[in-house]
Amino acid sequence: MSPALTTDDIIINAKIHKLFYGNFFAVRDTHLAIHHNKITAFIGPSGCGKSSVLRCLNRMNDLVRNFRVEGSVFFRSKDIYAPRVDPVAVRRHIGMVFQQPNPFAMSIFDNVAFGLRLHGMTRDLADRVELALRRAALWDEVKNKLKQSGLALSGGQQQRLCIARAIAPEPAVLLMDEPCSALDPIATGKIEELMKDLKSRYTIVIVTHNLQQASRVADMTGFLYVDTKQGGRTGYLVEYDRTEAIFQDPRDPLTRQYIAGAFG
Amino acid sequence: MSTIPLDEPSERPFEEAIDFDYSLTRWRTLFNLLLTGLSGLATVVALIPLISVLYMLVSHGLARLTEVSVFTALPPTGKDVGGGFGNALQGTLVMVAVASLLSVPFGILVAVYLAEFGKDSTTASVVRFAAKILTGLPSIIAGVFAFAILVMHTGRSSFAGGVGLAVLMLPTIILTAEEALLQVPRKMREAAYGLGCTHTQVVLRVVLPTAIPNIVTGVMLGVARAAGETAPLLFTAAFSYFWLNKLMQPTASLAVFIYRYSGVPYERQVELAWAASLVLVTLVLTINVLAQLITRRAHAHR
Ligand SMILES: Nc1ncnc2c1ncn2[C@@H]1O[C@H](COP(=O)(O)OP(=O)(O)OP(=O)(O)O)[C@@H](O)[C@H]1O
Ligand SMILES: [Mg+2]
Repeated sequence: MSPALTTDDIIINAKIHKLFYGNFFAVRDTHLAIHHNKITAFIGPSGCGKSSVLRCLNRMNDLVRNFRVEGSVFFRSKDIYAPRVDPVAVRRHIGMVFQQPNPFAMSIFDNVAFGLRLHGMTRDLADRVELALRRAALWDEVKNKLKQSGLALSGGQQQRLCIARAIAPEPAVLLMDEPCSALDPIATGKIEELMKDLKSRYTIVIVTHNLQQASRVADMTGFLYVDTKQGGRTGYLVEYDRTEAIFQDPRDPLTRQYIAGAFG
Repeated sequence: MSTIPLDEPSERPFEEAIDFDYSLTRWRTLFNLLLTGLSGLATVVALIPLISVLYMLVSHGLARLTEVSVFTALPPTGKDVGGGFGNALQGTLVMVAVASLLSVPFGILVAVYLAEFGKDSTTASVVRFAAKILTGLPSIIAGVFAFAILVMHTGRSSFAGGVGLAVLMLPTIILTAEEALLQVPRKMREAAYGLGCTHTQVVLRVVLPTAIPNIVTGVMLGVARAAGETAPLLFTAAFSYFWLNKLMQPTASLAVFIYRYSGVPYERQVELAWAASLVLVTLVLTINVLAQLITRRAHAHR
């Protein structure tokens, strides 16, 4: 599958030393490099900090009051946590798809056109909207009802609409936080296919609770862990490697246990 | 922790004959019937005043409404038998429009501040508290206020009347609009931030458009209330026997028309007051029903 990865194609290099919500020390020592045009998955038990780490990658965490991070996140050659960086500008390059489908209360067309209009990309608007919907594998289902409300679609269609909306302005990276957890297996299958198609144009980082899903779609997998039974509250990255290595030959015993437990 | 082992068989034996049938002799069935009957009766009793008011209005007012001229003629004076309330209808519409122009943009801006920017700040809490108090403001006080700041200086006018009504509408609009803004789901805001919106863009492009149907409902309820008010107009717009052609002159309104003509000794003029009442009530009810319809439609699209 994926050949030896070189450091040349690293698009995001995150070194999260410490991540806090107020006084709560949520994540420590999580260093990982996201490779260009690859799918990277974060797995791990609930509460280990997968979403927290993911939301550091486009500064979505800035919206949480009392959030604080020590470390750096380089997007290409720029540290997005450097003092003068505008988080709004970061999010224009690093898009996000959320766990719950969240279309706006407007038409399907306007949903997809939203980011394009926001960024002044209004030339050939209709073509760009069509392209995004095609890439999100939704075009055929909605081409005759683009004026209908995005909220009138099924859950799986809504999630693909959200993907179309996120990719329309052509971000370099797409972050997806459990994008299939609200969907049935058929819709999930469609979104997985979609991710594989999309990775030739976008770098994708996905959080998933579904290990099979990670093994099916991801090139790289990171395993985060927090041992609440031992009184630990701070999650960290245990192991990060090519997906085959994580699933077939993990180096860390914790990874092995987690994979075995979840499969067995 | 329970000490019963999980694999212990249930202590309740399987019942052979279970009775699922209705039975009037069962206490809970009787109680249920009794309560349903009582609440039904209460509803009917509560409807009596509403229905009798409507009946009275229709029976007294409808006769004169068949003459189209009541909508276009000026109020009668003395023993005149003709006439109508055309200028009062015009005055009500103009003053409600003035009040809306003043209170709607202002109220929505305040609501946006409360819901999106001020939030838990002291300023926001004070404004919110003041708005809640003001919803209970006796309407005559709104009139006194407009009298003090305007009529004392510029005389009685439809503008002063509009200001008096605006004072009444403002708190309703602020509070319902804030509520409408807060109802916009968090996940929609997140989506907007995720696409690279600034806070202001989130508010302008996502939150406000999503909340508009509910805001409109609040505005319409405010309008309906303002249209029916008499007290704020009595000494601000006062009354006039002529058509309104500039804002700064005394102006008739349906409410004040009714107030003046219902007490006169001339039967034809009392009839006219009934007809005006029916028109006013129809106006207010229509706005209320429209407001309900808009909310319902908006929720169907959620
Ligand atoms: N906004 C917040 N404020 C305070 N604490 C938070 C916040 N978000 C997350 N946390 C805490 O940080 C820790 C990591 O949360 P996070 O959501 O990143 O976990 P996760 O791995 O995504 O879990 P899940 O699989 O359940 O989504 C948890 O203990 C959580 O309670
Ligand atoms: Mg999560």
